[in-house]
Amino acid sequence: MPKDEQGIGASTKRREDIRFLTGDGNYTDDINLRGQAHVVFLRSQVAHGRLRGIDPAAAEAMPGVIRVFTAKDFESAGGLPCGWQVTDRHGQPMKEPKHPILAEGKVRHVGEPIAAVVADTLEQARDAAEAVIPDIEELPAVTNPKDAASDASLVHDEIGTNLCYDWGFVEDNKAKVDAAFEAADHVTTLELVNNRLVPNAMEPRVSIGDYSRGTGEHTLYTTSQNPHVIRLLMGAFVLGIPEHKLRVVAPDVGGGFGSKIFHYAEEAFCTFAAKAINRPVKWTCQRGESFVSDAHGRDHVTKIELALDKDGLFQAIRTDTYANMGAYLSTFAPSVPTWLHGTLMAGNYRTPLIYVNVKATFTNTVPVDAYRGAGRPEATYQLERVIDKAAREMGIDPIEIRRRNFVTEFPYATPVAVEYDTGDYHATMDKVLEIADAAGFEKRREASAKKGLLRGFGINAYIEACGIAPSNLVGQLGARAGLYESATVRVNATGGVVVMTGSHSHGQGHETTFAQVIADMIGIDADQVDVVHGDTANTPMGMGTYGSRSIAVGGSAMVRAAGKVIDKAKKIAAHLMECSPEDIELKDGKFSVAGTDKSVAWGDVTLAAYVPHNYPLEEMEPGLEETAFYDPANFTYPAGAYACEVEVDPETGKVTLCSFAAADDFGNVINPMIVDGQVHGGIGQGAGQALMEAAAYDATGQLVTGSYMDYTMPRADDLPYYAVDHSCQTPCTHNPLGVKGCGEAGAIASPPTIVNAVVDALQRGGHGHVTHIDMPLTPLRVWQAIHQR
Amino acid sequence: MTKVSMTVNGKPATAEAKGNTLLVDYLREGLGLTGTHVGCDTSQCGACVVHVDGEAVKACSIFALEAEGAEITTIEGMAAPDGTLSAIQQAFQDYHGLQCGFCTPGMVMSAAALLKENPRPSEQEVRDYLEGNLCRCTGYHNIVRAIMAASGQESAVAAE
Repeated sequence: MPKDEQGIGASTKRREDIRFLTGDGNYTDDINLRGQAHVVFLRSQVAHGRLRGIDPAAAEAMPGVIRVFTAKDFESAGGLPCGWQVTDRHGQPMKEPKHPILAEGKVRHVGEPIAAVVADTLEQARDAAEAVIPDIEELPAVTNPKDAASDASLVHDEIGTNLCYDWGFVEDNKAKVDAAFEAADHVTTLELVNNRLVPNAMEPRVSIGDYSRGTGEHTLYTTSQNPHVIRLLMGAFVLGIPEHKLRVVAPDVGGGFGSKIFHYAEEAFCTFAAKAINRPVKWTCQRGESFVSDAHGRDHVTKIELALDKDGLFQAIRTDTYANMGAYLSTFAPSVPTWLHGTLMAGNYRTPLIYVNVKATFTNTVPVDAYRGAGRPEATYQLERVIDKAAREMGIDPIEIRRRNFVTEFPYATPVAVEYDTGDYHATMDKVLEIADAAGFEKRREASAKKGLLRGFGINAYIEACGIAPSNLVGQLGARAGLYESATVRVNATGGVVVMTGSHSHGQGHETTFAQVIADMIGIDADQVDVVHGDTANTPMGMGTYGSRSIAVGGSAMVRAAGKVIDKAKKIAAHLMECSPEDIELKDGKFSVAGTDKSVAWGDVTLAAYVPHNYPLEEMEPGLEETAFYDPANFTYPAGAYACEVEVDPETGKVTLCSFAAADDFGNVINPMIVDGQVHGGIGQGAGQALMEAAAYDATGQLVTGSYMDYTMPRADDLPYYAVDHSCQTPCTHNPLGVKGCGEAGAIASPPTIVNAVVDALQRGGHGHVTHIDMPLTPLRVWQAIHQR
Repeated sequence: MTKVSMTVNGKPATAEAKGNTLLVDYLREGLGLTGTHVGCDTSQCGACVVHVDGEAVKACSIFALEAEGAEITTIEGMAAPDGTLSAIQQAFQDYHGLQCGFCTPGMVMSAAALLKENPRPSEQEVRDYLEGNLCRCTGYHNIVRAIMAASGQESAVAAE
């Protein structure tokens, strides 16, 4: 393969594909340890109740059962920690009730683990779990985040309220925002629900705990996006195990989308139980179990108001949101409706005044936390929906109203505490209209009309804050962790390179893209570069993969470490060629002396580093291995414009997504093929949210969409081909690769695009009374909207 | 427990199974062929699709005993003995038809069965055939492209 097909900007085929395509992957459930026992959790079947007792005796007497664990066994352990503390409008910390490993005193959501049965075989554990009968006095349940605020039924009696926090942002702007609304020429108001979703990575979660009495070392194999974070949280806060006695391995992981960031009870359980019974303990989640134990996403109830002047220029935004936390605070839950949501309410626009209020409440539902986009989809959805509504009310074209308000000068400091470093929102809008063939819409609409179908065109612009995040900033905002990333670049004696990264790949293709960057920097073949991730034993402390941060933060750490390696290698080369390091150039894997024909090969220098016979030992240590920790100076701000067309059948309410176009500015792109794939996947999930997915609870707190029989996952025949483009590139100004991140854009920007298109279709089709429909836009909801005048 | 025998990827295979042991568990736990995955508990996701006597079957939907004596092909049996990928596997790599890889074995086995039945399917026929295979990573775009390309219909593959 020529070099230009493997460096930065090349659509290099993925090396990880070979093992995944041949059945040679190593997912956590593929691992079996000698002598392992199996655990099955008895989970609550009621949403809310007082746990009066548990009788494990019958289960303990059953064949193969080793031990039945309940909350009593965890009296010495801590609760599952929350990694982010939000401070409310009045300067008070959020309410943070204990999140036990196994239910203590009460059960608070369907699926909460009550007891754990460990047996020789999985079948024995399953049978015995059915014999554990908890004595539960059922209590009224609350599932809706707005209803919970009435405190009619308390999820946590000890805190006396369901309100986790009442957050105002920016609190000092409130009076000015209110005044701007008083003075506005036009105010558009929209009430909407951002539907609750189940992330549904195709690989269910799995954990295997192992313990050696000989060394006192624990090992946890787990389906995680961030093994170091799990090691830190579980070791320091839950089980009291120092890092050097705890190894966490996240091998091949079958998708995450956020749901595998968090530290879960089952991980702590397997680690604890392996020591308690002195045998490895394995837990494999069943899909029905993951529906009620993986953290869910979204679930906001929002009222947004937009104040405009007579020309359609945005004057102020005011929002009022109820955000569902679920029954307990999951690892990063409090940050999602606040700092990942409020800071994005400016969107791509020059709105001078913004006030965001968020009331986060506890409910009798599965904990809610970051899911692909995390807070940014909620911000984009409400903003882009209210803009469309305002345009219609004021008789301004929805594209034109966006263009009138776009930020055009950078850096741009928003009124919600972030500073966009660079961007070109008109360019991505131009591009999306081109690739969506907006000019041809009218012809296609007429063709649809001949079939009796209503065709609509949806437009949307978005921005997100990625590359999470400057540690000192997030520390001030309540993060209890740093958000740097790390890399060690180890050069072997014969010139091969191993990159050990704190990032984690679970579908993103880091093993390929990170190698492309190193190959480019040194000028060697990418096959000479290996990327290692996912094991705390052989990677430096890193914060993992989420928030589209891997290339922007993890990649930057790797570039820094590789830079240090190259600097040292140049000194060795200078010694070998008896010249000054400043005169050395590295190109195509060769060190040459500027202005001469003298050169030494990469491999000669790496060999000299490890066989230092002719080497400046008095000035430099042998070896060629460097580590860097990179803490970003700012977030990155991917942005773009999306468009789609839908057909609505007015007889049935069925929506068909006919076409979808995405023009993204991700800054520089390492591997266009992989970036395309990331956008495709995001659009697929966003289309799922817009059209079919909903985690629906009934009034008693039962999850009625708790399996693939009920929860509608998008299938191949629900979706079209997508047209995606990322040729509009304004490189990030503050990281070495000029990259912004691409993992979440599709999921953030596609739901409002699709809803805008459906409303457009109905408006054009003579159903002018329909100004909004809550997602998912199922045939029933669309039909009802058409017919409910 | 009884011994159950079948031909798996062209070789005779025997492992113990109970009456209620699913074929997928027999393959994964009994034979150690962990390429076939379990993604759900309601026979919907398709991550466990294998070929039983040449037909695509969700290996979670039949018992191992029902496959006694059958010819089974799993993802591990798709590449040539020297490791060369089959045309459909190669197309999945060439067109980036996989990301996390978890649904991939089932997708490849379904795609291979489709192309055997219908060597030159239309895009819509590909999408309809994959109705029983869920993928959460790709939005299906590149899976459909890969299958179209593997059927020799490069010209029908949507331009980027």
